[in-house]
Amino acid sequence: MQMYDFPDARGHFGPYGGIFVAETLIEALEELRAMYDRYRNDPEFLAEFEHDLKYFVGRPSPVYHAKRLSDHFGGAQIYLKREDLNHTGAHKINNCIGQVLLAKRMGKPRIIAETGAGQHGVATATVAARMGFECVVYMGSEDIKRQSPNVFRMKLLGATVIPVESGSKTLKDALNEAMRDWVTNIADTFYIIGTVAGPHPYPMMVRDFQSIIGIEARRQMPELIGRQPDAIIACVGGGSNAMGIFYPYINDKDVRLIGVEAAGLGMETGKHAAPLTANSPVGVLHGNRTYLMQDENGQIIETHSISAGLDYPGVGPEHAWLKDMQRAEYVAVTDDEAIQAFHTLCRMEGIIPALESSHALAYATKLAPSMARDQVLLVNLSGRGDKDINTVAKLSGITL
Amino acid sequence: MSRIQQTFATLKQQGKKALIPYITAGDPHPRLTVDLMHELVRTGADIIELGVPFSDPMADGPVIQRASERALAHHVSLNHVLEMVQAFRMKNTTTPVVLMGYANPVEAMGTERFADRAKAAGVDGVLTVDYPPEECGEFVRLLKARNIDPIFLLSPTTEPARVQTIVDMASGFVYYVSLRGVTGAQNLDIVDVAKHIAIIRGKTGLPIGVGFGVRDAATAKSIAHVADAVVVGSRMVQAIEQSSEQNVVANVAALMTELRSAINSN
Repeated sequence: MQMYDFPDARGHFGPYGGIFVAETLIEALEELRAMYDRYRNDPEFLAEFEHDLKYFVGRPSPVYHAKRLSDHFGGAQIYLKREDLNHTGAHKINNCIGQVLLAKRMGKPRIIAETGAGQHGVATATVAARMGFECVVYMGSEDIKRQSPNVFRMKLLGATVIPVESGSKTLKDALNEAMRDWVTNIADTFYIIGTVAGPHPYPMMVRDFQSIIGIEARRQMPELIGRQPDAIIACVGGGSNAMGIFYPYINDKDVRLIGVEAAGLGMETGKHAAPLTANSPVGVLHGNRTYLMQDENGQIIETHSISAGLDYPGVGPEHAWLKDMQRAEYVAVTDDEAIQAFHTLCRMEGIIPALESSHALAYATKLAPSMARDQVLLVNLSGRGDKDINTVAKLSGITL
Repeated sequence: MSRIQQTFATLKQQGKKALIPYITAGDPHPRLTVDLMHELVRTGADIIELGVPFSDPMADGPVIQRASERALAHHVSLNHVLEMVQAFRMKNTTTPVVLMGYANPVEAMGTERFADRAKAAGVDGVLTVDYPPEECGEFVRLLKARNIDPIFLLSPTTEPARVQTIVDMASGFVYYVSLRGVTGAQNLDIVDVAKHIAIIRGKTGLPIGVGFGVRDAATAKSIAHVADAVVVGSRMVQAIEQSSEQNVVANVAALMTELRSAINSN
């Protein structure tokens, strides 16, 4: 059997990925690629990464058997990979630890980032504070309104949050603006991208740093059940938590990999954020080629999801490739289904999940009843839902 | 000889430098674009750079971003832009037109279909900002097969070996980005620009245009000292932004006249 070995030297996952940026950014990406090449297998770098994951993030995160939830749905056993227990409340910190250690070695004391829901912004502000680095976070002004607690968190951590007023005023526009900052301040600035998108080497590098999730799970599952799970389910916006748990399992062909996108108000309404499920046309955005939600003229269209972290018109290029290779399956669940799963997990297991992760959970609860009781689903519970309580309260007609 | 090559050859004979204004197609309104193009020519444009609006113009500063947003508010598509060039060509068959934009609208149309249609409309050059040479070999082949010049950016951070790769792929002219940053940024360092232009000249005989930081007549003049062409983008778009539909043509003409005389005074 051929071992999976992507991307190629220029960041291609089959026809996807690559480097699609203006010439002004090429040198900075080349510098980053060279530095990452130098350190990705460097024992000292990896030791520091692992040390910080253990003592600062609190890894390994446990795998938890959601027994009442499983019994409730009466089929496959549902296990949760508890990324919600990480410091700062989501998987995002894993990648930020890795990238900030790289920034330190590159001598770049100014950190910038884009953020949608604010989780990546908080994680970036956290690692910057710990290093004593300056931190600037770009955030769409629409998202700032939706996620005010995270904005305040970033400020507490010493970051400057810059509202982005252009375009749809959401994640994609924040990414544009962070790129513009980077190209202007390349000499002293490190751009920490939060997902497995962007130009090479970002999709590969973010995947590598996040793959600690799958590496742990692959060790933990046999300890718990004596084997690997039948399927792994993770939500996909840009797709970093999904890539993190999928990647170490790619060569385990018996393990189904299922990515869950945001169907928003319903796939048929067009108001969703599910380019893979919708089979959107392939195009170029944010430095890579991938499936993209766009109109017939190639303009990027506005997406919709209750979850700001999934509200993105593209998807990491490696997911596009895994879809085409049929190594992973991609499905979508609606806002309503995600909200229902959110409440179910709160009541059944005493865990408040992030709305992003609730999408993965919702699909697990749909799939489980059709499976045998001795089959196992592993859901990546990528984040905790404290940040979402305002959104959920508002839906229930409650003002906090 | 392409229209762009012809233009530079003629200017060289006359001992003049090229002035290349940039406007975004459809800004401030699609019905004004062709008139604006003719006015640019009347007031001294040697080549016109016509921006194709895109929803996510990552390499552009706020001024050109807003121009894109104004054009998109009128639903200006790549189709429309090509129709505008075609309309311009009804009265002007000599001034080269370079389309400047991003890869996605081109890919949505299909690269081959775009190349055919651009040729038919009378487009002379295409600058696709987010297509570095490694990712656009096939596209460049399609353009060159139709005698359309692929225009590439070179930046202050482009390594010398890479400069060679790019100039070998480019034709018509190359576009040197005079500073680190997005379009419309400040603080152009003319000594640094001259140094980089010397490096580029050592590798190619192609004419060199300079842009991204030309703020006024004085910078235009100093650029004209060292480059073959002066590209004025954000400043031009700013003049459009600050005008009403009634006086936009006159205001653009006034700016052009000022820039032209500054460049000619070399």
